[in-house]
Amino acid sequence: MIAISLNTGLIIASIMFFTGLIGVMIRKNIMFMLISIEIMLNAAGLAFVFAGAQHGQADGQIMFLFILTTAAAEVAVGLALIIQFYQNLKRSIPMLPII
Amino acid sequence: MYDLLWLVPTFPFLGFLILAIFGKKIGKKLSAVVGVGSIGLSALITILIGIQFLTNPPEGHAFVQTLWTWIAADDFKVNIAFHLDALSMVFAFVVTFVGFWIHLYSTEYMADDEGFSRFFAYMNLFVGAMLMLVMGDNLLLLYLGWEGVGLCSYLLIGFWYRDPANGYAARKAFIVTRVGDAAMAVGLFMLFYSFKSLNIQEILSVAPHVWSPGNKLAVASTLLLLGGAVGKSAQLPLQVWLPDAMAGPTPTSALIHAATMVTAGVYLIARMNGIYLLAPLSMTAVAIVGAATLLVAGFAGMAQTDIKRVLAYSTVSQIGYMFLALGVGAWSAGVFHFMIHAFFKALLFLAAGAIILAQHHEQNMFKMGGLAKALPVTFWTFLIGSASLAALPLITAGFYSKDAIIWYAWSGPNGSIYLWMAAVFGAMVTAFYTFRMVFVTFFGEQKMEISHYPTWRVHIPLIALAFFALFGGFIELPGTLGHLTLFSDFMKSALPVVEGGHHEVSLEIFSQVLTAVLALVSIFVAYYLYLKNMQIVTNFTSTKFGHGLQQFLLSGLGFDWLYERLFIRPYVWLSRTNKRDFIDFFYVFLPWLARQFHYLFKYTQTGKVRRYVVGIVFGVLVSITIVVIL
Repeated sequence: MIAISLNTGLIIASIMFFTGLIGVMIRKNIMFMLISIEIMLNAAGLAFVFAGAQHGQADGQIMFLFILTTAAAEVAVGLALIIQFYQNLKRSIPMLPII
Repeated sequence: MYDLLWLVPTFPFLGFLILAIFGKKIGKKLSAVVGVGSIGLSALITILIGIQFLTNPPEGHAFVQTLWTWIAADDFKVNIAFHLDALSMVFAFVVTFVGFWIHLYSTEYMADDEGFSRFFAYMNLFVGAMLMLVMGDNLLLLYLGWEGVGLCSYLLIGFWYRDPANGYAARKAFIVTRVGDAAMAVGLFMLFYSFKSLNIQEILSVAPHVWSPGNKLAVASTLLLLGGAVGKSAQLPLQVWLPDAMAGPTPTSALIHAATMVTAGVYLIARMNGIYLLAPLSMTAVAIVGAATLLVAGFAGMAQTDIKRVLAYSTVSQIGYMFLALGVGAWSAGVFHFMIHAFFKALLFLAAGAIILAQHHEQNMFKMGGLAKALPVTFWTFLIGSASLAALPLITAGFYSKDAIIWYAWSGPNGSIYLWMAAVFGAMVTAFYTFRMVFVTFFGEQKMEISHYPTWRVHIPLIALAFFALFGGFIELPGTLGHLTLFSDFMKSALPVVEGGHHEVSLEIFSQVLTAVLALVSIFVAYYLYLKNMQIVTNFTSTKFGHGLQQFLLSGLGFDWLYERLFIRPYVWLSRTNKRDFIDFFYVFLPWLARQFHYLFKYTQTGKVRRYVVGIVFGVLVSITIVVIL
């Protein structure tokens, strides 16, 4: 197993984070914005895991589980909202404007 | 008995509350009972306390009753406490006793007025506030009463508020006295700064140790207090409000603008005698103010045609005598004249009120005449009051009180021949305008029929006050005439006795005889000019000079004219120029700037979440950059 240094890991995490952030900023489709937010959350989770590995402690992975749970709840609510939008506005999802 | 002291001001306040709350409901009869009864009870208790004070004086000739603490903040402590000594005893007696007769009289004078209970409510409030003023043991309580009586004065001058002229007179009185009150407030601050206390007795006992005679602070604070006294007592240069204050109902003029409130300045100076003695300059100022006022007001009184304005100017003039007495150091003579003046001036005003009622509310005495037969009781009592005011020798109280002042103006510690000359000349003028009024009003032909005959409610107060105006003087006789010093002995515990000066008996007799002769001569001149041979006066006033002089004296020596040009017009000009309020520009600018920013930032509020996110990211980047760079 090749040990990846913390630095490299954090760089990967921040690239992921900014990818998500830029996605939120430039995408007009709400579906893609939701996905971008997920990417940002995962970037944060990845940073936790790297930090936990660096210190040899399980805390990072526990935090990742927390983030995963929060993300799941958030996606559930977000998707429910999008479906409501769709039903009320009678438009296909890709065409939903940003409110 | 002393423990009942708190009841003395409580009854009038209670009467005020009852009348103010239930006045409309309980009707005129019950309003009169409450209004007169409260003052009557108060007067009764005052007299009982006075009798005990005479027979069995309290320890140290002063009794203090502390009711509760009013303000306590660090070392600033003010109690609601009453201080009773000889000085406040005399004032409280006059306020309640004379006040009672005037209230009784008012039940008839105001009988047909729709504001009957309102009138009695104000009058009761006035008596209560005046008692606070004279009995308060600290200067703050005194100031509370001081402002209270000022308020009542305002309310009662403007009592018939439907006539705008009355409202104008009321505002004038309020604003002019306010000038003095502001000076007095500053004086009180200075006293507190020097003594860290506002308790009068404490200040008086500590003052000689803190201030050396002639100390600048002592002079400044006493002059400021004099400013307050001058405003309230209508002395030069703030005397302009009192003649206009005659717009109020006549009982008000009798009680507030003659007998009691306007003498508050006399009380203040007499009360603070200890610090005035440390400031010889202020003493001289008091004497000069008094002497100048008694002359100015006397001259103005000679030309008035309104009977109430004659009395108003004579009040100003007589208070000038009191100030003169205080200024030359004859403290008890000043207070003695206050008491006698309260009796005869209240009497004169009440009698004048009866005349006005009897003459269809006409106040111009040249339209009256020949009332002596029609209104005998009013005539005789008015004559007694006038004789007392004119200081008719030997038989009237006014002679004894005024004679003492005239003599002390020369012989007193601060006296001088000039003050004496002013006082003698003033006495001559007083006798002249007083009897001019008597002759014009009561003699000659009757020009108007009688519209109202006074009843016992008018006659009893007149007779009671006439009794005191005639015989009240016999408790203090000058050294040359029996030498009785009951009053000054009584005042000795509260006021310093006259010290220094010179006492040649022959000079004193000369002064007395001269005053007496001059008074008699002026009465004769008044008789000759206004009854026997009125042609001389009409001829004189028809010449250009005579007419000008008459108008000049009628306007009160042009003080209103002067103040109009000195203060009112510049003020109006300034306020007109500054209509837009240039200071306000700054405060208009501030909201304008905020509004401009608002318009600017409005454009960022688009409702698009992506834009907000960009804003947030941008902000975060800027913050991080700043943190990294610094």
